[in-house]
Amino acid sequence: MQADRDAIRILRRGKTVEIPDFSPTETLLDYLRLRDHAIGTKEGCAEGDCGACTVAIGRLDGNGGVVYRPVNACIHLLGMADGAEVVTVEDLATDDRLHPIQQAMVDHDASQCGFCTPGFVMALFALYHRSSPEESGRAAVNDAIAGNLCRCTGYKPIVAAALEACKAPALDGFGTIETARKLAGLDDDKSLFVGDETRFFAAPATIDELASLYVLHPDATLVAGATDVGLWITKQMRPIERVIHLGRVAALNSIADTGDALVIGAATTYAEAWDALTALDPDIAEVLRRLGSPQVRAAGTVGGNIANGSPIGDTPPLLIVLGSEITLRRGAQTRVVPLQDFFIDYGKQDRGPGEFVESIHVPKPGPHTQIRAYKISKRFDQDISAVLAAFAFDIVAGEIRDARVAFGGMAGIPKRAGSAEAALRGAGLRDFDRWTEAFDALVSDFTPMSDHRASAGYRLQVARNLLYKALVEVSGAETGTTRLVGYREHDDALRT
Amino acid sequence: MLFELDPFDNPTGELRSVRKAVRHDSAEKHVSGSALYVDDVGTPAGTLHVAVGGSPKARGRIARLDLDAVRAAPGVVTVLTASDIPGHNDVSPVGAGDDPLLADGQVRFHGQPVFAVVAETRDAARGATRRARIEIEDTEAHLTVETAEAAGSHISPDFEIVRGDPVEAFGGAPHRLSGTLAIGGQEHFYLEGQAALAIPQEDGDMYVLSSTQHPSEVQKAVADVLGIAINAVTSEVRRMGGGFGGKESQAGQWACLAALAARVTGRPCKLRLDRDDDMIMTGKRHDMLARWRVGLGDDGLLRAVDITFLARCGFSTDLSDSVVDRTAFHTDNAYFVPNIAARTKRLRTNTVSNTAFRGFGGPQGILAIEHVLDQAAHALGLDPFDLRTRNLYGPDRDVTPYGMTVFDNIAPDVMAKLEEVSDYRNRRQTIAEHNSTAPLLRRGIAITPVKFGISFTATHLNQAGALVHVYTDGSVHLNHGGTEMGQGLFIKVAQVVADEFGIDLDHVKITATTTAKVPNTAPTAASSGTDLNAMAARVAAARIRERLAAFAAETYDGAAEDVRFHDNQVIVGNRSVAFSDLARQAFMARVSLSSTGFYRTPKIHWDRKKGEGRPFFYFAYGAACSEVTIDTLTGELRVDRVDIVHDVGKSLNPAIDIGQIEGGFVQGMGWLTTEELVWDDEGRLRTHAPSTYKIPTASDVPAEFNVHLHDGINREEAIYGSKAVGEPPLMLATSVHSAIFDAIAGLAPPDSRIPLDAPATPEAILRAITTIREGRR
Repeated sequence: MQADRDAIRILRRGKTVEIPDFSPTETLLDYLRLRDHAIGTKEGCAEGDCGACTVAIGRLDGNGGVVYRPVNACIHLLGMADGAEVVTVEDLATDDRLHPIQQAMVDHDASQCGFCTPGFVMALFALYHRSSPEESGRAAVNDAIAGNLCRCTGYKPIVAAALEACKAPALDGFGTIETARKLAGLDDDKSLFVGDETRFFAAPATIDELASLYVLHPDATLVAGATDVGLWITKQMRPIERVIHLGRVAALNSIADTGDALVIGAATTYAEAWDALTALDPDIAEVLRRLGSPQVRAAGTVGGNIANGSPIGDTPPLLIVLGSEITLRRGAQTRVVPLQDFFIDYGKQDRGPGEFVESIHVPKPGPHTQIRAYKISKRFDQDISAVLAAFAFDIVAGEIRDARVAFGGMAGIPKRAGSAEAALRGAGLRDFDRWTEAFDALVSDFTPMSDHRASAGYRLQVARNLLYKALVEVSGAETGTTRLVGYREHDDALRT
Repeated sequence: MLFELDPFDNPTGELRSVRKAVRHDSAEKHVSGSALYVDDVGTPAGTLHVAVGGSPKARGRIARLDLDAVRAAPGVVTVLTASDIPGHNDVSPVGAGDDPLLADGQVRFHGQPVFAVVAETRDAARGATRRARIEIEDTEAHLTVETAEAAGSHISPDFEIVRGDPVEAFGGAPHRLSGTLAIGGQEHFYLEGQAALAIPQEDGDMYVLSSTQHPSEVQKAVADVLGIAINAVTSEVRRMGGGFGGKESQAGQWACLAALAARVTGRPCKLRLDRDDDMIMTGKRHDMLARWRVGLGDDGLLRAVDITFLARCGFSTDLSDSVVDRTAFHTDNAYFVPNIAARTKRLRTNTVSNTAFRGFGGPQGILAIEHVLDQAAHALGLDPFDLRTRNLYGPDRDVTPYGMTVFDNIAPDVMAKLEEVSDYRNRRQTIAEHNSTAPLLRRGIAITPVKFGISFTATHLNQAGALVHVYTDGSVHLNHGGTEMGQGLFIKVAQVVADEFGIDLDHVKITATTTAKVPNTAPTAASSGTDLNAMAARVAAARIRERLAAFAAETYDGAAEDVRFHDNQVIVGNRSVAFSDLARQAFMARVSLSSTGFYRTPKIHWDRKKGEGRPFFYFAYGAACSEVTIDTLTGELRVDRVDIVHDVGKSLNPAIDIGQIEGGFVQGMGWLTTEELVWDDEGRLRTHAPSTYKIPTASDVPAEFNVHLHDGINREEAIYGSKAVGEPPLMLATSVHSAIFDAIAGLAPPDSRIPLDAPATPEAILRAITTIREGRR
């Protein structure tokens, strides 16, 4: 391995900070609190679920500006922050003046115990820098703080503060041309390798370097957004000695639109893929809106959600019904696998040692395809699904020519419902007998388990009911009468 | 010195801070990250870190405890077990002796602290805990109230509050219903987990910075564990990142472990629990099973209510007796029931010891009777609001089951006002029309009242002390026994003190609570923080003010009783002297500018044996109207609109009070909807982090959420006619549960029970709907 750079560099308070000495698993939060003495950022849960540790990561937006995204510092590895500006709550106020977000929070009595407050301020700082007035309504604010838990206020004053502060354009001295210039100065093409062969944090800059490094160290831990790996570190305390971060590989951080499909680099974050993915279908947009939180979507990647093989990842069922394929690479070898075949069994995927997910090929729904997707969880926002249902119906002249049905949470892997699909194929949109056949077929397709999220019985019942709901909707029902959240335009239905 | 304080007004000048919507004193520090919590305070060089190792089984004898690998782990300085404790191995807040600091050879719940690792870093300490080899000789564990009841496993004898003959009255009632209601527990989920920093002092003394609602108890517990006198321990807390009852008794163990580690190593030691450990190792709101019977007349009046509560207390006594007593005290809620029994069983189970949580047992009692009323209204075909208003306390129906007259009953007014501002009648009509045409999404609406007794039912706790200094520049130092956990106690007390001296609020320095300044304090709990501490602080300030008045009168030739303190001035006759100047002059004249203050709540008494007395100084009231929509295919729930009318007497600080009401409501809503604690068959808590335990987020808050303060004044002599506000609003959320009930009840025939437990998760709602639909087939 030819190391080009052996220290990370971040921008802190206008200055470049070079950090050569850090453990591969050191979190950004520990760095900030223990080494930078920035104790305003709090640890609430150490698993990226409460948002108390939220900081803003500033990076070049590709158009000469700076984009700020909130991340959970507790599960963000320090090395991942290479090349970024790290903004914490202490940085916002000037000598004697609070930041507009902070001032609005004070004016609206939006803090009580104050422990979650720095995280809210930073999540809203990111919103403040991204929102135009039309994007900053209550729903947008709720989405912006979906990853921040407050146990005292009941949120109402926080939302009010955000609405007030975000109605004006950002004017706070952040994201300036000067900042962009400094960030550009950090943005070299060099690969990063901190440590030695036995213990390192590596961030290759090219896909070829990544491929050869991973072949050399097939037992290294690949890290994209660390929204899962972060918990291996903070909760399971796994001894991870070698980390390969994918965030600097340009080829993995890209989205291409081929006209009839998207090709998504595996390390592309949800935030980066947002526009392309949400344009596929309103229901896909709604599932993504509820997937994790802004903090999780700013770090988490589409490829990571696949590669970790979770039975409850929200994107695989969606991508499966769209007919997605993934490209895997080992060394110089690549191969293409239908996504549904990648998942073999619980904890087992079709991925060999030294092999990684390179890209995902996502066909766009055709003109006769109706997509429906539903996320069922105890809480609407930032919750892991008990059941994730995804449906693609190809409907021509009132008949279901083809049906692709996939569920998350119903088996050890994201899985298609072959029997139910067969029962639906050729069924008319008013053919209730055939619907019922399909409902009953789900029982043979799935044997879900009971856990703290839901019982097996509930999962099966809901799976059945969601198929019913999807059929009712594609048969013409207004989603306003069928759903509590995630309405979609009615004219989208029944294009046949 | 004898002086009289007007409880409702301030004779020295107009109220300038009191009754104003003054913002939280730490607001600017909160938003800029400069408010310090235990983990943020700079630690002395050489500070070590403590992590705790828990039991791998729910019940049994420790057959083998092999900690060699733990000791050998990198960075480990020492490992502590029960045998390292020089004093008592018990942190029971009530002296029950059943709350070992570290397991004493037996383990009694999964995750019970067995040993503690002291290491150079927190990561090293946490990592080392995983290397322990603990072998437990299993005994059959009692995990549920049913198994504990069958085994006769109790923490204390059953207790009941009974009036009349509920059994006979039930038998003779024309309408009789019965059923059970499972009521889930609740994790506090304070955002700041349990934390303590112990720093050894000379002479073997110990200083402990602790995130606690009860510094005096921490002080005593540390002294007990270390085997030293209470005066050798100082316990301090500036603020908590939330408490909600979870840091009343449960903060002690971690402070004691930090202190033990500091004692053994001679170095400062910090213990900050990881969130998972915090949720596994600290107690929660008691989950209960309520078996109920109700008898009503044709007129819809309650004739008999008979409810037995099986409370899961967990492995130890902790505060469960007081908590479950309060369940019994609140089973009447705001209703007059001529024949009533609130029976309680306190079951000892092999689960974490349940503890105080905002409402302190009251919410379970209130939810139970509200659920019973929902069932009754459904069975009788009455509008639940009418059934409720008909049964409220009123003239000649104003004595509680425990013999206290409801002297301040404003529940009927509050309900009437809410009926109006919520437009309840019209909306009920609209909802009925909607439900008749919408097969999948069904709506429901409900209004429920709250009447909550204010005072510790352990009468001796209703006392408070304060310490006030005036310095020679006129600046004021304020200290009292109450603790700040976000509820705004400190600012409210400061408002009172500022007005006592007639000075600006920012001249009053709010300081950390410490056992070295005000001793032997009660926990900041039972919503009583302001009632007690503001009164004590006012007394302290008034004593100094009286001395200053006497001095001013003497110096400037006036009458002491005519001296006024106003607008940072002291007015004597025609003369006006700056408060700061008078302070300096008084010092030169050798007038004491420091005073303690003490307050104890008058009039209260409680004879538990007889089940009679006046346990509460007064009642706080409120009512809420909630409207919900449920998805009959998935059980999903959305709370659409909430209107609240709540009684805080004459508010000391409307901004703070409204914050308590909104926050309390949302917390209660979480308890009854998304917050579900799940233990597995081994007694392991499966929902031990925010990834699996779901408190409300911003989008769960209803889009329309209107809070109105009831226009009134406390009829009792509480500080400036205000009322306590910490706990009562939580129970306003029962209206959400009732609204869900209402939405489901529309699917059921009138002679059926609605099987809706709490929390009403999507699964619970769908289960109730399915049960009803299957019953119809």
